Amino acid sequence: MNSSPIFKIANGIGLVLLFIIFAVPFVWMASTAFKSLGETMTFPPVWIPETLQWQNFVEAWNSGPFLKYFVNSVVVTLLILILQFATIIPAAYAFARYEFPLKNFFFALTMICLMIPSQLIFLPVYLNLSSWGILDTIWGLILPFATSAFGIFLLRQSFMQVPEELLEAARLDDASEWQIIRKIMLPLAKPVLITLALFSFIAHWNDYFWPLVMTTTDQARTLPLGIAMLRQVEGGAAWNVVMAGNLLLVLPILVIFFFAQKHIIRAFVYTGVK
Amino acid sequence: MAFAKVQLDMEEKKAERQGFLSWVKLRPYAMIFPAIFIFCLFFIYPIGYMIYLSFHDWNFVSPVKDFVGTSNFSYLLSDRDFREVISNSFIYTFFTVFLTISLSLLLALWLNRGGTVYSFMQASIFSPHIISLVSVSMLWMWIMDADYGLLNWFLNLIGMESVMWLTSPEYALTSLILVAVWKGIGFNTLVFIAGLQSIPKDLYEAAELDHTPPWRRFLKITVPMLSPTLFFLTIIGVINSFQVFETINLMTAGGPINSTNTFVYYIYQYGFQFFKIGYASAAGVILLVILSVLTVVYFKVLSKRVHYR
Repeated sequence: MNSSPIFKIANGIGLVLLFIIFAVPFVWMASTAFKSLGETMTFPPVWIPETLQWQNFVEAWNSGPFLKYFVNSVVVTLLILILQFATIIPAAYAFARYEFPLKNFFFALTMICLMIPSQLIFLPVYLNLSSWGILDTIWGLILPFATSAFGIFLLRQSFMQVPEELLEAARLDDASEWQIIRKIMLPLAKPVLITLALFSFIAHWNDYFWPLVMTTTDQARTLPLGIAMLRQVEGGAAWNVVMAGNLLLVLPILVIFFFAQKHIIRAFVYTGVK
Repeated sequence: MAFAKVQLDMEEKKAERQGFLSWVKLRPYAMIFPAIFIFCLFFIYPIGYMIYLSFHDWNFVSPVKDFVGTSNFSYLLSDRDFREVISNSFIYTFFTVFLTISLSLLLALWLNRGGTVYSFMQASIFSPHIISLVSVSMLWMWIMDADYGLLNWFLNLIGMESVMWLTSPEYALTSLILVAVWKGIGFNTLVFIAGLQSIPKDLYEAAELDHTPPWRRFLKITVPMLSPTLFFLTIIGVINSFQVFETINLMTAGGPINSTNTFVYYIYQYGFQFFKIGYASAAGVILLVILSVLTVVYFKVLSKRVHYR
């Protein structure tokens, strides 16, 4: 049945339509980013601009302190990544490998935090950050995410799978616990570590909600906020400049996705299935 | 190998002799401390503070927080806007999850094949999942632009009237649902495909030997084997949809005439625009209750499933 020519043609048409639904918006974004303002206001729309308007990107970049936004984005994302690894690894090891009083209580607490979304607690956290004086600084964007319940959960599972004999052999050779983590645990958990890094990077690079709520001036704003403000600066009409800005935001992620496609998909789907 | 265990035990014995505050005993606590400290500071304490604030009247600047009992909650429940927020949230969640799940199940059955074409298609439909919601929102605002947008151009091309996608109260919520489905469908499809691939092949081979027709194979093997995945995606979808904020803030700002206002946006407005911290917190507590119920249901069903196996 599946090899009949009619089925093949219908299948092919279906695939092309599906591809159009998911690719055309991005093509449209790229096409608009190179248009002149006049070309965005024609009906029916133009697909290929007459001349490529590279200055749209310059205009988008110069419409605000974009260098500052970019640096903030990089610093926030990297520091979150570093702090998360620094806090997740020891916690996951302790939960996976030690017995201690109140262990189950602390692990339950971690699991409760896994269930609490930032969209639920932003208001009280905002009030707290404000009274501690770190509102509108990059620390307000970093510290709440300096650890990850999800990360502890995943890494603990991976650490628990390492056979006890391996650790006993290492302890016989007088390896310290730190050496065991570094030489045995982390190399074996490498796929999980890559998954967590990809996850955290994509989530915080793209994040709009938290920086929107926790910043009030340009000194701590990040790239997604700057891009979102393009629309307000330009009054909503200059779609060519808005799309140029968005292309700058989307392109790095799409390039990473292109090269690490298998890894990223496996990371998201694997953590989805678990 | 047992020797190492003995050595470890000896280490512990020695630690016991040294008294209560030995390093071996304290070590696990030291290792979990940074994470637990951050959880308490930024997750547990704020939840408690939010519940506290929900029983008070406060405008964020005043030094006093007046205790008002449950009046914030009774205000919310009598507020027409808030009732709209609840119904909008439920409509948005129901249709987003229903459409995403059913379409991605169909796509998964279709695209679950080997070969370059199919893995390319899987990657294509997945790509919106990793794009910033800022870009997704702005891209779709432009596509849904009433005058020069791509979508109305296409509708006119096939002989239909232009639609005021984001600026009319009838269509705005539908438009946001469409964007959510577009963004979420790829992730759901790929999780379904992973679920399909984990079904043991011999089940199908046995059914084929028995000459079981394909639709019966689907109903008797695929559906039951896929039900944990289906359940997982539904719950995650519901929990995420209840928290929708970004697309609403960027694309409609809750409007027109409150038609796309949902929970998190309402909390945001009352907290940061009207400075009614008490109302905002009370709305947050209601959201907390809804999310907690969903989470508990999830784990109850999940633990039952584990028992069945």
